[in-house]
Amino acid sequence: MPEPLLSLTALDAHYGDFQALFGVDMAIEEGEVIAIIGANGAGKTTLMRSISGLLTNAPEQIKYRGQAIGALRADQVAHLGLALVPEGRQLFPSLSVEENLLLGGKTGRTGPWSLQTVCDLFPILQERRAQASTSLSGGQQQMVAIGRALMSNPDLILFDEISLGLAPVIIKSIYEALPGIIGQGTTAVIVEQDISKALSVSSRVYCLQEGRVSLTGRVEDITRDQITAAYFGVAA
Amino acid sequence: MIEWVNAVVQGILLGGLYALFAAGLSLIFGVMRLVNIAHGDLIILAAYLGLTTTTMLGVHPFVALLIVVPAMAGIGYVIQRGLLNQTLGPDILPPLLVTFGLSVILQNALLEGYTADPQKLSGGVIETASVNVGGMALGVLPLLTFGIAVAVIAGLQWMFYSTALGRGFRAVSDNQDIAQLMGLNKAHVFGLAMALALAVTAIAGILLGIRTSFDPSIGGGRLIFGFEAVIIGGLGNLWGTLAGGVILGVAQTIGAKIDPGWQVLAGHIAFLVVLAVRPNGLFPRVSH
Amino acid sequence: MSAPIVTRATRASRNAMVIGAVALIILAAAPWWAGRADMRLMSEIFLYLSLACLWNLMAGYAGLVSVGQQAFVGFGGYMLFALTIWGGLHPLVAIPLGGVLAAILSIPIATLIFRLKGAYFAIGTWVVAEVFRLSFAQVGALGGGSGSSLPVGIVKSLAASRSGREALSYWLALGSAVVIIGAVYLFLRSRRGLALTAIRDSEVAASGLGIDIWRTKLEVYVVTSAFTAVIGGLIFLQKLRISPDAAFSVNDWTAFVIFIVVIGGIGTLEGPIIGTLLFFLLRETLADFGTIYLLVLGAVAIIVMLKAPKGVWGLVRDRFDLELFPLSYRVRQQPNQKGP
Repeated sequence: MPEPLLSLTALDAHYGDFQALFGVDMAIEEGEVIAIIGANGAGKTTLMRSISGLLTNAPEQIKYRGQAIGALRADQVAHLGLALVPEGRQLFPSLSVEENLLLGGKTGRTGPWSLQTVCDLFPILQERRAQASTSLSGGQQQMVAIGRALMSNPDLILFDEISLGLAPVIIKSIYEALPGIIGQGTTAVIVEQDISKALSVSSRVYCLQEGRVSLTGRVEDITRDQITAAYFGVAA
Repeated sequence: MIEWVNAVVQGILLGGLYALFAAGLSLIFGVMRLVNIAHGDLIILAAYLGLTTTTMLGVHPFVALLIVVPAMAGIGYVIQRGLLNQTLGPDILPPLLVTFGLSVILQNALLEGYTADPQKLSGGVIETASVNVGGMALGVLPLLTFGIAVAVIAGLQWMFYSTALGRGFRAVSDNQDIAQLMGLNKAHVFGLAMALALAVTAIAGILLGIRTSFDPSIGGGRLIFGFEAVIIGGLGNLWGTLAGGVILGVAQTIGAKIDPGWQVLAGHIAFLVVLAVRPNGLFPRVSH
Repeated sequence: MSAPIVTRATRASRNAMVIGAVALIILAAAPWWAGRADMRLMSEIFLYLSLACLWNLMAGYAGLVSVGQQAFVGFGGYMLFALTIWGGLHPLVAIPLGGVLAAILSIPIATLIFRLKGAYFAIGTWVVAEVFRLSFAQVGALGGGSGSSLPVGIVKSLAASRSGREALSYWLALGSAVVIIGAVYLFLRSRRGLALTAIRDSEVAASGLGIDIWRTKLEVYVVTSAFTAVIGGLIFLQKLRISPDAAFSVNDWTAFVIFIVVIGGIGTLEGPIIGTLLFFLLRETLADFGTIYLLVLGAVAIIVMLKAPKGVWGLVRDRFDLELFPLSYRVRQQPNQKGP
């Protein structure tokens, strides 16, 4: 059996004295689309911060292509081909749309994505490229954030709450763009509170509850009731 | 009347030097919110490095720039990565106190190495040469200093807004975590910013050393001039910093015209007046 | 069942009080047992201790990191000279009056420089000190840039004999250190002191509790400025000679004071005391090496700031859970007792 692209082994994470993750195990194969769901405060964003290197962990707790990356800095992780679309978009306000995208290409990794192909995916960005990133609507900003992550031509892309705070029609159009991204062979992890949206594009799911994995399995094998129980921590 | 016009023109040209003192301070604050108390002492260090280079190699101070600029940039990168990066964080005390300590160390190391005797860089004919403009004799050196200041600020402006390096500076300044996610190593970016700031400081130090005599104790005063130019011009605005330097320079030469003892005092008072009337400076950066 | 009791005092703090009281009596008797040079040194130690406590209150508790307190040291010194020479006042009247004038003067200064944040505030205070220095250098009647000496008549008005004057100025230095440490301690225990600690811990939360941050900081600034000016008066009463460069020296009255507080432990009452002792120990040991000692001092301060930001006292306290000045509340389980 080939080694998974990303594997987490007994991952703990702390903010000072507060422990946010307890022994999380996870394995993600190349080409998979994984949904990570969970209520507010379940540890989803902490998990993203740990994987992307914004939080430091023990080296062996996170492995990427067999390499221990738990203790690497975020910029080192980025160079390995792992990109995060952060919660709340977090564009650089001093940079224009185009500059935000160009900064995403800072790692110099090559692949299908370039300024041109990102603008083909989200044509509105072509029009707005010289504008300040803060002048865009929330949905357009989300497109920049996704485009910025794609610019590094990642092998694994993490989406943290990409539908949060956006109008349903915008969420729909963003989710419609996802197959175009994943179709390029990129492995993806989608973190969502909106369960049905996340499950609609994923093959497997992990549910987090209070910092622990409370449920995992193939999307088609899991029932609504199981998810409800794992999500809220109550027997359905 | 012509005397007063002359004082104003001399002040404007002097402002160029102050803008050079200030540009590095402004750059560092813009990228990493660090206020370097040792900045003035680093200017003096550059002047002394210039002195050693000119005496050892027998070259003109401008040629010495070829050695002093990279040397100061290297020093900047090393102290940033080796020392100052460890002080950055939400608490303002560590960077303040560490750079304050650095200032005392630099001052006394210079005192140990070069004694307290005033020194000067010899610029040759350029020091006394002047051109006649509209009945006023303008020194070539002050004119050149001002020209260099404008060129340095234009260069920094271009670097900041039109190059990949500048994009990295702005991104790290906006959000360190997200910049790191994009593959920027902030420790290295901060090192580069300090290297660039001290490269500018090297130019300022050499020009200062040709213009006036210097000794290890005068760093604090240069820090204050640079700081005043930054605040008068408005934080985060490089052209504003040049304007701030000019206003400070003019205030000083006019003060000196009234009474020689008032030169520096008049500059401080101009600064305090701006602070009272326009606390954000005259040309604050428009926030997004 | 026993009820937990909340207390501030600990055994260590009570012991410290007893030892402190004994030490104070011995120190107060110094004119009868110490030599002239020792008394001078001890006076200097007490005056530095006072400056360190005041700076610590401002920077460590109120978050006002000033590098310009030399403004008030020099102002206090110059007021001593001006008020005695021109006003004909007795030095012991002139010095506190200098403090009052400093308090009044500090209010408009604060309204101006409080507009600067963080490190820019620090440099702003330095500019103010420079304005003071350059302004006093313009006053010809006080010797201008070269300074002047305190007239013999005024010096003699303190006490007729030289030893009497030396004892008096020693007691003034000791007394001021005791008064300042006591005042800072009582202030920090008071309601306002608690407000200050709340601001230091979180400005947002403190303003949510209805604490007027600006006003609280202003009060601290004004009070420390006044006391700093009084200490300045005492310093130049010892020196008997003043000049703008000596009076407004950033190295003497700010750099050393900052190093003392940082090395001892900023934001604690014990820190400045430990720091002052260490500073003078270092100075007396390395005095023969000239500028080397300043290099060492700067390096030690940087290392402490990076490796042990709570200073020497912070290390001691974390290790032994000690507190000599009982400021924190502690919850202790009362042992079961029989009867009343």
